[in-house]
Order: sequence, then C-alpha cells, then structure tokens
Amino acid sequence: MNKSKGKVVRYNKWGYIFLIPFIVVYVVFQLIPLISTIYNSFFENYMSGLNQVGPTFVGLDNYRELFKSGDVWIYFKNTMILWIMCFIPQIFFSLLLGAWFSDVRLRLKGSRFFKTVIYLPNLIMASAFSMLFFTLFSDAGPINSLLMQIGFISEPYKFLSHTGSARGLIALMNCLMWFGNTTILLMAGMMGIDTSLFEAAEVDGATSTQVFFKITLPLLRPILIYVVITSLIGGLQLFDVPQILTNGTGNPMRSTMTLIMYLNKHLYSKNYGMAGALSVVLFIITSLLSLLVFKVSGNDKRKG
Amino acid sequence: MKKKAVSALLCAAMVAGMLAGCGKGSDSGTPSDTSKGDASNATESASSNLKDDGKVLNIYCWNEEFKSRITAHYPDYKEVDATHGKIGDVDVVWNITPSDDNAYQNNLDAALLNQQDAPADDKIDIFLVEADNALKYVDTDYTAPVKDLGITDADLSKQYQYTKDIVTDSKGVLKGVSWQGCPGVLFYNREAAKDVLGTDDPDEVQNYVCDWDTFNDTAAKMQAKGYKMISSVNDTYRVYSNNVSSKWVEDGKVQVDDNIMKWVDDSKKLVDAKEAGTFDMWSDDWSKGFYPDGKVFCYFGPAWLVNFSMAADTEGSIGYNGGWGAAQGPQGFFWGGTWICAAQDTDNASLVKDIMLKMTTDDDVMKDIVLDDDDFVNNNTVMNGLADGSIKAKDGKEYSSKILGGQNPLSMYCAGVETLDLSNISAYDQGCNEEFQKAMKNYFEGKATKDEALELFYKGVTEKYPELTY
Amino acid sequence: MAKSKKDVEGGLGIHARRAIAYIVLIIISFFCLFWFYIMFINATRSKGELKAGFTALPSDHLLTNWNNLVHGTLPIWSGMFNSLIIAAATAVLCVYFSTMTAYAIHAYDFKLKKFIYPFILMIMMIPTQVTALGFIKLITGMGLMDSFIPLIVPAIASPVTFFYMKQYMESALPLSLIEAARIDGSGEFRTFNSIVLPLMKPAIAVQAIFSFVSSWNNYFTPALVLHDDKKKTLPILIAQLRGADWLKFDMGQVYVMITFSILPVIVVYLILSKHIVQGVALGSVKG
Repeated sequence: MNKSKGKVVRYNKWGYIFLIPFIVVYVVFQLIPLISTIYNSFFENYMSGLNQVGPTFVGLDNYRELFKSGDVWIYFKNTMILWIMCFIPQIFFSLLLGAWFSDVRLRLKGSRFFKTVIYLPNLIMASAFSMLFFTLFSDAGPINSLLMQIGFISEPYKFLSHTGSARGLIALMNCLMWFGNTTILLMAGMMGIDTSLFEAAEVDGATSTQVFFKITLPLLRPILIYVVITSLIGGLQLFDVPQILTNGTGNPMRSTMTLIMYLNKHLYSKNYGMAGALSVVLFIITSLLSLLVFKVSGNDKRKG
Repeated sequence: MKKKAVSALLCAAMVAGMLAGCGKGSDSGTPSDTSKGDASNATESASSNLKDDGKVLNIYCWNEEFKSRITAHYPDYKEVDATHGKIGDVDVVWNITPSDDNAYQNNLDAALLNQQDAPADDKIDIFLVEADNALKYVDTDYTAPVKDLGITDADLSKQYQYTKDIVTDSKGVLKGVSWQGCPGVLFYNREAAKDVLGTDDPDEVQNYVCDWDTFNDTAAKMQAKGYKMISSVNDTYRVYSNNVSSKWVEDGKVQVDDNIMKWVDDSKKLVDAKEAGTFDMWSDDWSKGFYPDGKVFCYFGPAWLVNFSMAADTEGSIGYNGGWGAAQGPQGFFWGGTWICAAQDTDNASLVKDIMLKMTTDDDVMKDIVLDDDDFVNNNTVMNGLADGSIKAKDGKEYSSKILGGQNPLSMYCAGVETLDLSNISAYDQGCNEEFQKAMKNYFEGKATKDEALELFYKGVTEKYPELTY
Repeated sequence: MAKSKKDVEGGLGIHARRAIAYIVLIIISFFCLFWFYIMFINATRSKGELKAGFTALPSDHLLTNWNNLVHGTLPIWSGMFNSLIIAAATAVLCVYFSTMTAYAIHAYDFKLKKFIYPFILMIMMIPTQVTALGFIKLITGMGLMDSFIPLIVPAIASPVTFFYMKQYMESALPLSLIEAARIDGSGEFRTFNSIVLPLMKPAIAVQAIFSFVSSWNNYFTPALVLHDDKKKTLPILIAQLRGADWLKFDMGQVYVMITFSILPVIVVYLILSKHIVQGVALGSVKG
C-alpha cells in the first residue's frame, strides 16, 4: 500500500513538469497584459490624436458610462441572435453529417471526399470571403438577378440594408466558414469511439437512430461540450464577419453590431479605460454562460 | 474557435496597450504629455532638434507610390532591394505598412511616440499622410515645420493653395508638401448627355450641372429617361464637404456644417426619386456605370479616377470608347493625394529638404512625373503649360485625353483647384466623414429618421474621439 | 411506438436514407466548393472586367495577372516561405504543448490540479484580444520586433486547443493504458511521446489544421510585428496589394494572389486530413 502510494506521488510530480511550458508562456505573454487590462478599466486613458489623455483614476466611471445608455445590452442581444442563427444550423448539419459518416450501415461512397470538402471554406480568409459575398449579393449581382428572373422580386433587394437579411447573411457566411470545423471536431471524436460498439449494436439489430442516440451521442459528450462552449465563446467574440460585411458600421442602425465590434470602436482611440471595462463585462458574461453550459451538461463530475 | 476574429482584435488591443504604455513610460520630455496648446508653442525650441548626421533615412508610408516616384525621379537614389535603397552614403529604409484596419497609423503613431528615445538609425525621417488624417499629425510637435528645414515660401510658390491648407497646423505653420494635385471635375456619359440633354458639348452640359439646384433638376430629367444621375450619393459627398464654411469640431463640440446638411437633404431627395443609389464607393454596384449598361450619367473625380479606375482599358467600357466628357460641375473639390512630412528629430534634415524640394518643386522632375506617370502634379507652371499646349505630351502633340473623347480637360482641373478653400479642416475629419456617411445611409434607405441617423453619427464620433461632446 | 418506428426505418430505410444523404452532401459540397470556383473565375479576369460585376465563365487574363504579380515589387515567394515557417511552427508548438498540458491534467493527480484546470478554462473565456493588451510593448521591450518569435511562441499556451485535447482524452485515452506502460517500465516522458501522442493522432491532426490555418490567415498580429518586406507574410502582402495606389491597383492581381496563397493551405489540409481518417484504424486496434 505505502509503496504504491509513494510511487503515485513520484509520478505525479510529472504533472507539474508537463505544465511548465504552458504556464511560463502564458504568464509572459498573456497574464501580465491581462492584469493591466483589468487595472486600466478603472482609469480614464485614451489617445486624442497623438496626445495621451490620462491615465486618471476614475473608479467605476467607465462601467457607469458603459451601462448608462443601455447600448451594451442591445449589442449583447445582437451577438446572441447572430450566434444562435449560426449555431443551430451548424450543429444540426454537423451532427447529421457526423452520424451519416459514422453509420456503418449507410456505407456512403466518397465519404472521404465529402469529409474533406466541408472544411475548405474555412481556408479562405474572411476578408476574401466577404469580397465574394459582396459580389454575389450586390444589387446587380447574380442572386438578385436570379430572384428577379423567377419573378420573386421586381427590383433588387438590398440584402445588407434590412435587419433580417443582414443578420441572415452574417449567420450564413459564418455558418459556412465554421460548420466544417465543427463537423471535423465531431468526426475526430467519433473516430475515437470503439468501432466494436457499433458492430455489436448492429448485430443486436439496433436502428441507426438508436445507435446514434444511445451510443454515439453519449460517448461524444465531452467533445460536444467542447463544441458548444467554444462555439459560445467564439460567438460572443464574433467580430470579423459582421465587421467586414457591414464595413464596421453594424448597419442597419447597428442591428448587427456585436460586443466585440463595439469594443473595436473604443480601440480606435486606444481607449484603454472603456475597452478594459467592456472586456471585463464581456469576460463576466462569458463565464456565466459557460458555467451554465457546464451545469446543464453535467460535466462537473470531473474525474480526478 | 473564432481564432481569426480574436486575433484581429487582439492586435488592435495590443496597440492600445502599447501606446498607453508608451505614454506612461516616457514621462518627461515627450510632447505627448504636454497639452496641444503648449506643444505648438514649443515649435521654436524644437527646431534645434533637426540634425544632419544620420546614416539611415527612414521613410514611413502605406503603399509603394512614393517609393516608385523616388526610384524613378530622384537623381541620386539607387535601389538596393524592395525596401532598401541608397542616396550617397545614406541608407534609405522603406517602412511600408498597409492602411487596412488602421495598421499604418497605429504603427506610425507608436513610432512617433517613441521617436525621442529611438536609436538614431531607427528615428523616422519622413512619413506620408493623407488629407483626411493630415491634421492629426501636422497639428502636433512630431512634425517639423518645412520652414525649419530651410524651405521658403518662394520655393513653394507654384504649388496649389489647397495642398498647403491641408498640411497647415492650427498656428498657421506649414508642415508638409505634396507633389500631387488632385482637383476633381464631373465626368459625364456623353451618350446619356446627347440622349437626354441633346448635347455632349462640355460647356453646354455644364449649364445643366452648374449648381446643385440645376443639378437636381437635371437628375429628374435623367430619371425620366432611365438614367441615374449619379451612381451613389456618396459620389457627391466630397464635393459638398470640400466646400464647408465651418469645421467638424469647434471647441471640442461636434457640429454639422450647413453644406453637409444640404448634401443630406439633396441626397435623400435623389434616393427617394430613384435618381441615385446608396452604394459604397468601389463596390460592384457603384462601378456598374463605367459601362453603358449601368446607365449612370456622371461621376465626380480627379484625373486618376477616369484614367486608371474606370475600366478604360477594358473593351466595352465607356472610357474605352472615349465616351466620357468632363465638365466643371457644381462646386470645386479634390480627391486623394499624398503629403510628405518631416518628422521632428530627424537626423537627415538637409537630405529631407532636398527630397522635398526635388520631388515637389523642381519643374523638370514635375514635368517628368506628369509625362511618365500621368500624375497631376502640384505645380501650376507645368500644369498650365500642359493645359495651354506650351508643354507637349510624350508623343509631341498637345495633351488630350482619349478617354474623354479627345477633350483636353487640364484647364478645367486647373481652374477648379484654384477656387478650393480648405481652411476648415480639422484633425477629426477622417472619423467624422466616415461616421457621417455611414450613419446617413440609414436615413437614405428609410431605416431611420434624420434625427435618429444624426444621433447615430454623434454616438459614433464620440466613441472614436472620447474627448468630444455634442 | 418505438417498434413501429424501427420497422419503418428498417424497411424503407437504407436506400431512401442513402439517397437523401447523397443529395444533402452534394448540395453542401456545392456550397463549399462554389467559393473556390468564383475566386478562380475572378483571378482570370482583368481589373476592368472585374468592375463589370459577376460572371460565371472564366476570362483569359490569368497569366497576365500572374505575370503582373510576379514581376511586381512584392516579394511573394519569400512571403509564402515566411507564412509557411510561422504557420508550421505555430501548429507544431500549439498541438504538442497543448497535448502535454492536457495530459498533465488528465493523467496525474496533484495538489494544484483542482486549481489549475478551472484556471485554464477561465483563461479560455477571457476574450483573447483583451488578454494581449500590452503585448507589443512587451515584445518591443524584449527587442523582438520584426521577429517571428512573438508570432510563434505564444502558441504554446493555447487554452482552446488544450481544452479540446483534454476532452478528447476523456473519451479516447483510458488511464489503464498508461498504467500498463508504467508497469512495462516506460518513463513518463517516453510514455507521453511514444504512447499518448500516437493515440491522440486524430485530435492532433484536427488541431494542427486549425492552428495552421488560423496562423496562415492571420493578418493583424504580423502586420504590427513585421515591417521588413522580406519578413512579411502573405496576408500582409495581400493587404499591401489592395492598398496599392491608383496606378497599380488591380483586383485581378489581388484575386490571383489570394488564390496563390490558398493553395499551400489546401495541400497541408489534405495531408493532415488523411491522418484524421487513419485515426479510424487506430480506434479499432485499441478496442
């Protein structure tokens, strides 16, 4: 007994050793600047042209300023709407494809090809991607002329000038760029599942639906949690697609303005104080939501 | 997983951190700590900071335009590689940062703030600015007055006044020079003019666009025949905004000039009557009118727009068939241009002076730039000479534009540029112009009332410039 | 209920479902590949033609655009080389050390673990853009401006990749295996390198792709750190091309360059994605 316990302790020091690179790099490149962010959220501190204003300690003024107009909540709402519009089709298609690819009975031909193709849109830079989107959805672009030819509309529809369609386009582009990513994550998770389980299920005469819900999904749970949480975090940090598609305006009338786009507005003047305060708020929101996901999914029984 | 998105901001934030840090770190001596007023007063004593013992000439710019001008036209410049050259025994280092996402300005700001502490070989000697951000740099002590370099008013007498207005600081001190003039005119589609107005003669067409009321009346005629007057209301924005009688910002308060409000009202009418679109400049929809099928009557722009940006080299375009005409338009304006500024603390003062003089005042160099690069240069002797035919084009003939159907538009450009008065620019122009156009688009498209759109504009500006109120 | 459903599925199922699957997959593939097609189309068109709007058929300016690009002043070959080095190094460091960190949390039991695991998860939730405030100041102070190090080394601490590795280990790395290795007398470090890493192959391939691609397409950090043309990466050069003055501005060249810069990522992706598929075999061996 004693001997084996000593052995375990001896092994466990390796836990620390393996953590060293991560911790060192993290502290050097991220932790110090992070602390200064929080610290700076209590200061008035920005650039007026080339002139530095501040830093002057202002207590919670930046936070008060942030919540005074209530705009933060509007941008939070926009962000969540965009995330949901993107995430639901994304997870649906990812699970569907994942299920098909892992379904032994379906025996899809060319699945290798399909698996490869789905991730490709992510290889295009967001700025290049949005250039193509502009071309397609412009007033005189192919989508509008198609819709006009079939008599669906009589004059060009301005996709980026209506709240619904602007949000829809952002969600569509984001979804296209990231659903392959999610599918690959899930597929890699499915690869890790012991195939003999599927074979056994097949022998027992389980249906594909049963296999999916009774075997694949439960075993996939850790990866699914990962997907939901990182997608949520990524969703809250949604920035590049709406920024580029709306040219940073969040038009129409800021209905597509996300929290990080708002943060970006403050970075223009190097407004360290307001940006810091907004970051702290964003961090709190993200933590609460992630915690919620953890609780709901019951992942709190972490193994030792 | 949005790593890309994250990294985007990551860096914007990093710059923020860096700059904030710099401001704090260099407590004494840097101009950043003095208020604006004090900083400008310090000009006299600062002039002694110009030295002449530098071994490296650092030039900050956002594209290769100036480099190619120097390479082609500065006598002693020898190219070493893409970002290095030599003038005599001084090494020239080109520090090119693209202007996407404000990267150029972020980088330049950081370098300027660090200018005093930087080692001699890293000190900025020359940096370039654009009209919209000129005052941000010029109205600080980081930019050296050209007078301090030994350049006199007489040296610059042939330059157009507006190019000097833009780089004159709030104390009236000139702090930069440009080799370019970018006066604009109205380019009209000759076919449309014949079709609707019954003539394509520049002088007669001018009668239909001589002021904004006439212009808007003509727009209705165009619409009746299926033409758009202009592709987008953003086309006329710079014409209105170049002719304002007050600044965007006065005493820390944002205000909207009457002429800009006139743009809003005129534009709203044009959009509602379907006489103009609301497209962003350079978008596919905006450039549709470069071709006959686009059915757009006119564009506003300087020579470079019609020469290089309106698909004149592509079969089937209006420009390819010489189908544009040039008319003066309702008001004079300019578009584009690059200014050369000397950084305070430069250690190559006399070389900087020589570059400025050779590249922006030397008649021969100026003429070569016109003939080789089709630039419109900032020199009225050369431009007037080309306009009246006393200076010949490369083929030995009088200058005429094939794209404009053989018209020689130079005298028109020259006349327009003389009338420009740009004394009402402010250091906030870039942000104000951008935010204003973006906010008003909502009003034009019926997504907001005029007041809501104005409110959005004020909100946007005060986010960009926290020190302002409205 | 369950039974009748099963019958329906079992009876009508397989063929109909296979057909539906093929149709959906083909539609999805079309949406994924379509962008590459229009990118290619645009790369073959001259700058004037591009202004005329979209067409579905290629034009004949591909070579002209390419020649303009290659004979321009932008060092595209060194740009590609730099991009490759940075992206490859980032991917390698990121996956190796993230796996190592995840392994430390997964396989060992130590006092600070209860503290460190939630701590890393918390880091993940901090918007990354904010955690990096002061980064440039830091690397300026360290004299690392215009160097690849600040673009590569921070990849060692990638909480998101770590989290994935940790989750993956939970479903695919039984602790009994490590015990067995220990009994065989394998050292801890060797166990990690020769047993854990191969087992993690699909996850490693996945995350290697992700970090390679995001590093490859990253514009902002490199734009601030790299100023020497010879050190610039492709996205900066593309931005420089798009910011060209009116004399040289040419969207045809921009599209050619974008196409050019996508090719290597596609190659890397195809190579790595093979490993994801090979992971299946490993899975069955393990069983």
